[in-house]
Amino acid sequence: MTQIDEHGRNSTSTLLNDSGLDAATLIDYYRQMVLIRRFEEKCQEMYTRAKIGGFLHLYIGEEATAVGAIAALRPDDHIFTHYRDHGHAIARGLDINALMAELFGKVTGCSKGLGGSMHFADASKNFWGGYAIVGSHLPLATGAALGMKMQRKDSVVMVFFGDGATNSGEFYESLNFAQLWKLPVVFVCENNLYAMGTPLEVHSSVTEIYRKACAFDMKSERVDGNDVLAMREASLRAVEHARSGKGPVLLEAMTYRFRGHSAQDTQKYRTKEDVERHRRNDPITRYRTLLLNEGIATEQQIRDIDRMVDDQVEAAVRFADESPEPGHEWITQAGVYAAPIAVDPPIHGE
Amino acid sequence: MPVITVREALRQALHDAMQDERVFIIGEDIGHYGSTYGVTAGFLEQYGPERVRDTPIAESGIVGIAIGAAMVGMRPIAEIMSVNFSLLAFDMLFNHAAKIYSMFGGQITVPMVLRTTNGWTQLSATHSQSFDVYFAHMPGLKVVAPATPYDMKGMLKAAIEDPDPVVFIEHTLMYTVKGEVPEESYTVPLGKARLAREGRDITVVTYSRMVHLSQQAADILARDGIEVEIVDLRTLRPLDMSVAIESFKKTNRAVVVTEDWQSFGTSAEIAARLYEYGFDYLDAPIARVNFREVPMPYSKNLELQTVVTVDRIVHAIRKTLS
Repeated sequence: MTQIDEHGRNSTSTLLNDSGLDAATLIDYYRQMVLIRRFEEKCQEMYTRAKIGGFLHLYIGEEATAVGAIAALRPDDHIFTHYRDHGHAIARGLDINALMAELFGKVTGCSKGLGGSMHFADASKNFWGGYAIVGSHLPLATGAALGMKMQRKDSVVMVFFGDGATNSGEFYESLNFAQLWKLPVVFVCENNLYAMGTPLEVHSSVTEIYRKACAFDMKSERVDGNDVLAMREASLRAVEHARSGKGPVLLEAMTYRFRGHSAQDTQKYRTKEDVERHRRNDPITRYRTLLLNEGIATEQQIRDIDRMVDDQVEAAVRFADESPEPGHEWITQAGVYAAPIAVDPPIHGE
Repeated sequence: MPVITVREALRQALHDAMQDERVFIIGEDIGHYGSTYGVTAGFLEQYGPERVRDTPIAESGIVGIAIGAAMVGMRPIAEIMSVNFSLLAFDMLFNHAAKIYSMFGGQITVPMVLRTTNGWTQLSATHSQSFDVYFAHMPGLKVVAPATPYDMKGMLKAAIEDPDPVVFIEHTLMYTVKGEVPEESYTVPLGKARLAREGRDITVVTYSRMVHLSQQAADILARDGIEVEIVDLRTLRPLDMSVAIESFKKTNRAVVVTEDWQSFGTSAEIAARLYEYGFDYLDAPIARVNFREVPMPYSKNLELQTVVTVDRIVHAIRKTLS
């Protein structure tokens, strides 16, 4: 396991030097994290302006976890995630125009406006969707890993979920299946210390989530999820383990969401001081400082990225705004089935 | 044409399906144990543990894994040994299998089959249920419950080839029912009802095991010169009512026979559609024959008073004709 000091940090400059990554790649991780941050901030604004409906769960504060983990994947690897799915989708390279359009309920959205914030998907990128029943997508990810194994492919499946999900039956069923059958799946628990608004120590008998893997004799590791390079390195180890046929891995990424559980959350379960303390461990600030201190990026490059991202997010809003809404066909049987079966008299409303 | 049992018909369909390398079977006690109802007996030996996967007792995991594998190109056949255990997998079926195609805008399909079985034989309350109506209530699922060996074989094949998730409902008291079944491979299309018996006096609308009990009731009534027409729905979602409505327009009277509780049950939906589309042809209220509305008792004497019997069907038909 990556060593974390008492402040929850590890030696990032060592990691940077050991990573063997070129400057362009290192800077791109920064770009991805900033893109997630700005996208989410814009979502909040659009939600306030009622352009976005339903629930809105922001990934702000957790950016390094998705970017670092997904950096360890190949295009032919697979991702399943939970309802706080914007960050993973952006890190996977889904078109942010399609993501914003999805939030606006437009047909140009990644899920044609049928899914909304919690249900982003893009099968062409092996991004198999955000799932909003906590823990319930872990069996799906495990099944996809079985599919890869049976098809003799060396692709792996990475599945994201929160600390709250690790109390669900599906978590234990999935870990057992995956280890029993040595399936190529990496379980990434984003431990942000709260199951919605219930603190970790109130909801889980074991608060070191990675230790839950020992019941299945499964490899596991805890990592600083606010350190993009540590996250990538741990994910590479886990992915390699899974890809080589040795079976699944449980990664526990320690992170923190700066915003409420959803846009309606009044956050009675934590103090402003708690949040401020964690904000000092902001993954983007940390990484920007590292890039500047190590001479990987200049102030000007950082400013250019920030501006480019701002423009990109603004363009996504325009795209979403101008896009058409989905048509009536989506609420006929043709929208529900790949092979709809016509019956006469028809199903009510057709 | 060979006469075989429902069990053998299902086995033939599964053997046929296993010719497709993408197909695998996953469920509890399907392999080493030899299969609870004998449907997959010998499959483990023939196809190996990779494609005949004995599982932990974890219904949610079984169905979820089948869904995930289907999403990435496999053709899983998940077996839930008894429909009573399927409650543990309802989240997988309802929130994932049924939703993934539409909720993600039609870009992902879930070509899986869930085989499960209704039934009762002094197993008491938790082991004698029917959840047909729950499955059939859910847009996104296809739900079939055939009655004959011929349809079992042909519809299971069709279900496995279908790109959508299909719940395939069998019945523990039907595995030994016999009928003519061709040796060769064939499909019977999903979503098509059939006329199981012709008659001019009254229409019985039913499916699954109740088709056979209704036939027995019709035989008894035939001795009194009463001609019963029987419609076997075969598929519950989508529900093809065309055959039943045509029959009802001829007979003007109907009895709906389903092996589940009456309140909000499958018979309620079937009767409602008969009223909607056949109101002008109605000569008598539509009768329903179902489970009595109690958790199934263990005692044989009480169990037999709770389930649908031939006598109860005969009585309902006579009453509707009087």
